[in-house]
Amino acid sequence: MSNTIKNITLKIWRQAGPAAKGYFETHNIPEITDEASFLEMLDILNDRLVTEGKEAVVFDHDCREGICGTCSLMIDGQAHGPQRGTATCQLHMRKFKDGDSITIEPWRASAFPLIKDLMVDRSAFDRIIESGGYITAETGGAPDANLIPIAKPIADAAMDSAECIGCGACVAACPNGAANLFTAAKVAHLNRLPQGQAERYSRVETMVETMDEHFGSCTNHGECEAACPKEISIDVIALMHKDYRKAKFANRKDLARS
Amino acid sequence: MSLTDQLLAQNTVQLDSKIPAGAMADKWNTYKSDMKLVNPNNKRKFKVIVVGTGLAGASAAATLAELGYQVDAFTFHDSARRAHSIAAQGGINGAKNYKGDGDSIHRLFYDTVKGGDFRAREANVHRLAENSVDIIDQMVAQGVPFAREYGGLLDNRSFGGAQVSRTFYARGQTGQQLLLGAYQQFSRQVGLGGIRLFNRSELIDIVVVDGRAAGIVVRDLVTGELTSHSAHAVVLATGGYGNAFFLSTNAMACNVTAAWRAHRKGALFANPCYTQIHPTCIPQSDDSQSKLTLMSESLRNDGRVWVPTNPDETRPAHEIPESERDYYLERLYPSFGNLAPRDISSRAAKRAVDKGLGVGPKKNGVYLDFSDAINRLGREVVEERYGNLFEMYERIAGENPYDTPMRIYPASHYTMGGLWVDYELMTNIPGLYAAGEANFSDHGANRLGASALMQGLSDGYFVLPYTIGNYLAPMLNKPMPGTDHPEFKAAEAAAKERFAGYLAIGGTKSPDFFHRELGKIIWDYCGMERTEQGLEKALSEIPALYEEFKKDLRVTGDSESMNQTLEKAGRVDDFFQLGMLMCKDALDRKESCGGHFRAEYQTDDGEALRDDDNYCHVSAWQWGGDPMKPVLNVEKLDFEEVHLATRSYK
Amino acid sequence: MAQVVTSHRGPVTGTANRAKKRRPFLIDLYSTAVGKKYVMAVTGIAMMGFVLFHMIGNLKMYAGASDLDHYAHFLQTLLYPLAPKGWVLWILRGGLITMLFLHLHAAWSLTRLNREARPVKYQSARDYQIANFASRTMRWSGIIVLSFIVWHLLDLTFGVVNSEVGNMVAYEGDTEKVKAVYVSVIASFERTPVALFYVVANILLGIHLFHGAWSIFQSLGWNNPRFNKWRRAFATGFAAVVVIGNVSFPVAVMAGVIS
Repeated sequence: MSNTIKNITLKIWRQAGPAAKGYFETHNIPEITDEASFLEMLDILNDRLVTEGKEAVVFDHDCREGICGTCSLMIDGQAHGPQRGTATCQLHMRKFKDGDSITIEPWRASAFPLIKDLMVDRSAFDRIIESGGYITAETGGAPDANLIPIAKPIADAAMDSAECIGCGACVAACPNGAANLFTAAKVAHLNRLPQGQAERYSRVETMVETMDEHFGSCTNHGECEAACPKEISIDVIALMHKDYRKAKFANRKDLARS
Repeated sequence: MSLTDQLLAQNTVQLDSKIPAGAMADKWNTYKSDMKLVNPNNKRKFKVIVVGTGLAGASAAATLAELGYQVDAFTFHDSARRAHSIAAQGGINGAKNYKGDGDSIHRLFYDTVKGGDFRAREANVHRLAENSVDIIDQMVAQGVPFAREYGGLLDNRSFGGAQVSRTFYARGQTGQQLLLGAYQQFSRQVGLGGIRLFNRSELIDIVVVDGRAAGIVVRDLVTGELTSHSAHAVVLATGGYGNAFFLSTNAMACNVTAAWRAHRKGALFANPCYTQIHPTCIPQSDDSQSKLTLMSESLRNDGRVWVPTNPDETRPAHEIPESERDYYLERLYPSFGNLAPRDISSRAAKRAVDKGLGVGPKKNGVYLDFSDAINRLGREVVEERYGNLFEMYERIAGENPYDTPMRIYPASHYTMGGLWVDYELMTNIPGLYAAGEANFSDHGANRLGASALMQGLSDGYFVLPYTIGNYLAPMLNKPMPGTDHPEFKAAEAAAKERFAGYLAIGGTKSPDFFHRELGKIIWDYCGMERTEQGLEKALSEIPALYEEFKKDLRVTGDSESMNQTLEKAGRVDDFFQLGMLMCKDALDRKESCGGHFRAEYQTDDGEALRDDDNYCHVSAWQWGGDPMKPVLNVEKLDFEEVHLATRSYK
Repeated sequence: MAQVVTSHRGPVTGTANRAKKRRPFLIDLYSTAVGKKYVMAVTGIAMMGFVLFHMIGNLKMYAGASDLDHYAHFLQTLLYPLAPKGWVLWILRGGLITMLFLHLHAAWSLTRLNREARPVKYQSARDYQIANFASRTMRWSGIIVLSFIVWHLLDLTFGVVNSEVGNMVAYEGDTEKVKAVYVSVIASFERTPVALFYVVANILLGIHLFHGAWSIFQSLGWNNPRFNKWRRAFATGFAAVVVIGNVSFPVAVMAGVIS
């Protein structure tokens, strides 16, 4: 395990508020070790800024284990930076070279309005879930957990899409600012499970329609899949499109599903 | 007369645990049959505030809203899906006995009480074990994709401190899947109008009017605005205080503020010295490190823990012959082996490292080796079980655990202590509830693996929705103090002054600097091993550092926009005050139990030595106006069902 | 489409309690972006069918003037005498025009939606990982192909820019004269700039198809992990066949293979 020291130049987007004018600010981090994470580098910068009496760079982060989905950042033109399948908080400085200049921008989409500096508001994702991203199972009435066996491949596939951390990298990376991967991941999770069948078609309809109010459209670039820290496949998007089509065309009374 | 009884006589607060009468297995049913009910049409006349949207908060808010209560939910995150429950990896216990290996509610109850080193309240633990069964059913109905066997039935694995397989899991992301399940149910209620969601809103104070919880004051993190919110009942589901150590496996924003502010308003803080140090975390690699990352305890199902026998060992792990390795957990605890409970494994690792047997560049870890499992099961099976954890390890440590053993070391992970609550999860302030990690109730002095998720969901789904009704029923149509009440105005003004104060100091050091220094003191003296001398040292160093904090803190920016430095200053302030209480409590408890290990009180082979005659009680501290002058109250723990015994995992 | 500029503060509740707008079925479907993508895909398939058969039909050029001109005549007299001469062809043309119009309208409204979805562009360079030249230039390849189609119609269908169009010839055994398509094609392609324009436009059509023919599967939700790896091969193959076939005509004329 090496402990190389690197000199890094950062170009960071600063913007005091949604209405303020933004600009890039350059900072030098003269000594950063390979073991430091990307966000720890920003911590060091912020500590220095506060000590110098300047305002710290605002950025969203929390668990730093790649699971809460709070962190974001467009790093050198890639959502969550250059390492595949990795959220910004798990990106380590060993991925960069000595002397590198790194550009950091907030995620940009009209559905993700900027709050300050690198922080954006991703509430639009919550609106999509609120509109149908659940199985109606009120507390108390659940049957025994083993009553309905679920074939392992189905359970595994549901889990693959359920891994979504709701970070918004898919929207940030999409040239169209579309949220199809996020929405489809939840649709695919719930629609694949036997428990999710009752609401299968109403779910996909309301979720797609809510998604439409906030986001751009999917033109199948595939950038979302490349940016996704959980590497969720765009196959789920096809599945959502299929279920939406069925929701619109099929006779729901025959399907015995809402 | 035992110390417990002497202290009991000196209590300043009446601590009624409200445990229902009857046999242990009947208590919860008895409670549910006897409790007061609120008519479905009247439920909408009551407003309940839920602070925090982790497992306990989200599940409580969703269920209360389903029942018809008006719920106002607050989270300081941008979304209700971010709470740190999401990071729980290993699993959730459920006494389903699906494996037919002899599990039962009683056995889960017994394991939890024993695992907690006989410092938990029996009745609460039994209820938890009963509810564990319903939780699994509920979560499966909500679509949580638990791991399945090929036949389609649910799979289980075993966890530390248990000799049965009762842990349900969803890869290494069980906490995520459970939280998303609760979040989805919560979101459904937001969509339907049952819950009003306030995001990026941090609790700053609790308001008590006429002895009852009347509401809260929150700070909008985006605009800096302080607002008051009143309700008939307030639930704090705000998590634990493990970040007092600075370096912990908690998320960066986890803090004690909500519980601490309630404490300052009169709620008792119980057993603050019971902190859990998790044995399998990635060791610190760098001084700038901001947090430690947990590697799921489930890894110990197949990984073998060892250190070299020679302190001067320099060879890479695979070149060290078997004869020069010490598989110390297997050696010391043959019946539980690598699955010995967390406190025991942690201390064993510390002993090995303290002896100079540590591995890695800083010699600050022990090996967790999968080579036997890979040889036995094949790489594919190991990858299927732990693939994502291995990848995470590689991202952080830069080493591939399929080839070189993982290096692990204990780190602060969970806090068993918290706000004192009775059987109804109500603090000693009527109408103020604490759920999940924020309360102290179910884990005693040590929590078993896969029990935190169980407790959060039990509290939120299956306890609070009943017990809150019991409190609210008699309050129907009685007037509730509004946010124009002077107490609210006073709390708002105090909060405003507090935040203006941080900005006005104009010193030279950031809140993070103080947090790091504070954490070091607490870790050194109130961490895995405590001594009277060390704790006294901490109790002189913390107040000194706190004085410096008050004089030399620097917070830049303003209080009218997003200011993470200012948020941090408020949280660190509360950690300082809590840190003093943790050390006080640790000093006061002159025994070793679970996560609280006092070096003076140990057996000949270095295990925790309890003093049941004098310390079989809960230490519940009352705010004394000064963080260094807390007032001790005790609740005696009576064991009817489980016999106090020396906890042995040999 | 959201016009949110600043983030909303204050409580959020009842977001799903909205009266559902019920619209007539097809309009309802077309109102969402996903629905518009179905339209893109379905009209795309129809036009792909046309492009393929157009190319195959034109291969008759290599069989000589008589074959090509008779093929043109055959198209003019489809289903004759059940339908009057030219009618069926015009119905087919009408269908194609409708497809083209829907394809264009969906593309135009989706483009607008996508622009609104990111009103403030990234201020630093993007580093695309998967999105390829084809997927990112659909708009431009589409517009150029569209302008090509207009030119192509003016050139070879209506003869506005090609004096040979409309000439009639008689072949041995015929009872009536047929249009001299073969001659007009050669007349057109003997002009070098025109031939070059054809080649460039067809390569762009190929690029458009390279992404479009793959995209159809995703848009319509035709997804099966067992066959997914063939989707890319199909799109590449389809685009290649169409481009090679179409480009061969001007090349053959220029090279003197056909004269």
